[in-house]
Amino acid sequence: MSDLIKKVTQLLNDKTIDVFIGYEKGSADRIRATFTRTVEQTAKLIFNESCTQNLAGYLLKHEIKRLGKIGILANVSALRSMMQLASEFQIKNGEVLVLFANPDGSFTEFIDFHAIEDYLATTDVGIKSEEQEMITRLAAMSVKERWNFWNTEFEKCIKCYACRAACPMCYCHRCTTDVNQPQWIPVASHERGNLDYHLMRAMHLAGRCVNCGECANACPMDIPLNLLTYQLIEPIKATFGATAGMKADAVYALSTYKPDDKENFII
Amino acid sequence: MEKELKILKYNDLSKLIERFRSQGYPVLAPVRKGKVVEIEQVESLDAIALDVLLSTQSAKKAAFPKVEKVLDFTFGKTDVKQVPVNPEAYKETILFGVRPCDASGFKALDAIFGETPKDELYLKKKEKTTIISFSCPTADEYCFCTSVGGGPGNTAGSDLQFTGISKDEILIEILTEKGAKLSTIFADLLTDAKTDIDKSKFLADVNVVFNVDSVVEKTTASFNNTAMWLEQSLRCIGCGACAFVCPTCACFDFQDEQNTKKGVRLRLWDSCGFSLFTLHTSGHNPREVQSQRWRQRIMHKFAYMPEQLHVVGCEGCGRCSRACPVDMNIKEHLTSIGETVIV
Repeated sequence: MSDLIKKVTQLLNDKTIDVFIGYEKGSADRIRATFTRTVEQTAKLIFNESCTQNLAGYLLKHEIKRLGKIGILANVSALRSMMQLASEFQIKNGEVLVLFANPDGSFTEFIDFHAIEDYLATTDVGIKSEEQEMITRLAAMSVKERWNFWNTEFEKCIKCYACRAACPMCYCHRCTTDVNQPQWIPVASHERGNLDYHLMRAMHLAGRCVNCGECANACPMDIPLNLLTYQLIEPIKATFGATAGMKADAVYALSTYKPDDKENFII
Repeated sequence: MEKELKILKYNDLSKLIERFRSQGYPVLAPVRKGKVVEIEQVESLDAIALDVLLSTQSAKKAAFPKVEKVLDFTFGKTDVKQVPVNPEAYKETILFGVRPCDASGFKALDAIFGETPKDELYLKKKEKTTIISFSCPTADEYCFCTSVGGGPGNTAGSDLQFTGISKDEILIEILTEKGAKLSTIFADLLTDAKTDIDKSKFLADVNVVFNVDSVVEKTTASFNNTAMWLEQSLRCIGCGACAFVCPTCACFDFQDEQNTKKGVRLRLWDSCGFSLFTLHTSGHNPREVQSQRWRQRIMHKFAYMPEQLHVVGCEGCGRCSRACPVDMNIKEHLTSIGETVIV
């Protein structure tokens, strides 16, 4: 029996949690989320280097919250999403039991959000080198080239909203794109509608994206949507000194006002 | 009509596309775009990805695109002048190199859009589309066409079907009047085929994994099995990827795009997986949670369509499972429904 199965069995047996969000083997070579509620179900639980999906989004799903006290197997992305969600008052300290897989195969239980913050402070949370290369390539393009790059990508979009559904930070009860009084974003998946939707989404995630890449992984049309929000990470850091998903009580740079805020963007 | 069998030399395949184009037919075929395969207009055989298992999206967009104008309107002083799109203006089109599950998917769409009041926009486009399907020499673990009455060499919905029977030769089945008419364009390239060719030797093996009649019966009886729908859909995140890549999903939305003088009315794909799909103006949502939306998706295809239209709304192409960001595998869920005991 793996350490993970032992640990989750114990948590279920002593009623510390009612459901554990973890990973199981999926179709073909895929890994998928599983919601363990009984000791029998723990047999399905696995953890390996392919378990990259950010499971934090499930913490906000109504039907999962209804199952009772939640435990989650978090990777670095999920830890950061939880910090960001906490800073936006979507989850509370102590509400979720967080297990984390150590490189040696053992599992740590974080006692509270401060422990997660301490762990993240010493962890590399940067984006992958191949993604950084793409961002550098995009930055080096002329405005016209970059415009063409994104328009070619957005042409493929079918507006299935898998990116939005997969993003732990896209939790709005009523997304701007679904509002129709007034209609901010054209509903149609045509050139204008796709462009408006993706730019709106990127702007709403500026300084909130924890670079987990779920949006791009979810896209059935293989659009590198993560690059849109990743490009906003550095400017936000440079301007406000803030990195998303590092602190449970962080103040979101783009929704606060200070009298001494720079005003040099006003033309 | 009686099916006719012919042989085409593989080397002559490019001439077919050339002739279709020179006669003015737009040709839609699978085209590689990075990791995805789109159904797009092509000019030559080189552009066509004939070796792929399936295009990422289904071929339904040939007759039911993601965005389609239905009406132009202009505001007058006291009235609104409306000019509907004329379906007669559609061009005769060839859908080339799609799979049998795509072709048979149109049978389900025909049933949906053929209901009264008939949907002329779809029906006319479909009528003017000649479908040349290529049977499947390969399949993957997501395919389950044989479990829903199809198969890698199923000819339902195709006007012509091509099957590679050797390195150099393609067996051509001329299946409909429309197919026969189109084949006159390349009749000189065809030779008679031996009548004893065993096509099945050249097709993929796709095992039957469930009994469709039993799945239909059990789905129909499972409306109130809340626990089952919840269990199946716990990891569903409520996007529309499954519906939008599906060859038989036909739900749509209307949107007007207008300024103070004029506008257009558009028909757009919609999905029962979205919470917005059933949200009332009052704020009440009869399908409030994802498990109810998942139930609707399965029941529509395996209970309501068989009951009302006498077709199952699934071709077993497996696109929804491949596209699903969270691995909701429909083959697995249907198999488990087939195994449920109704009490």
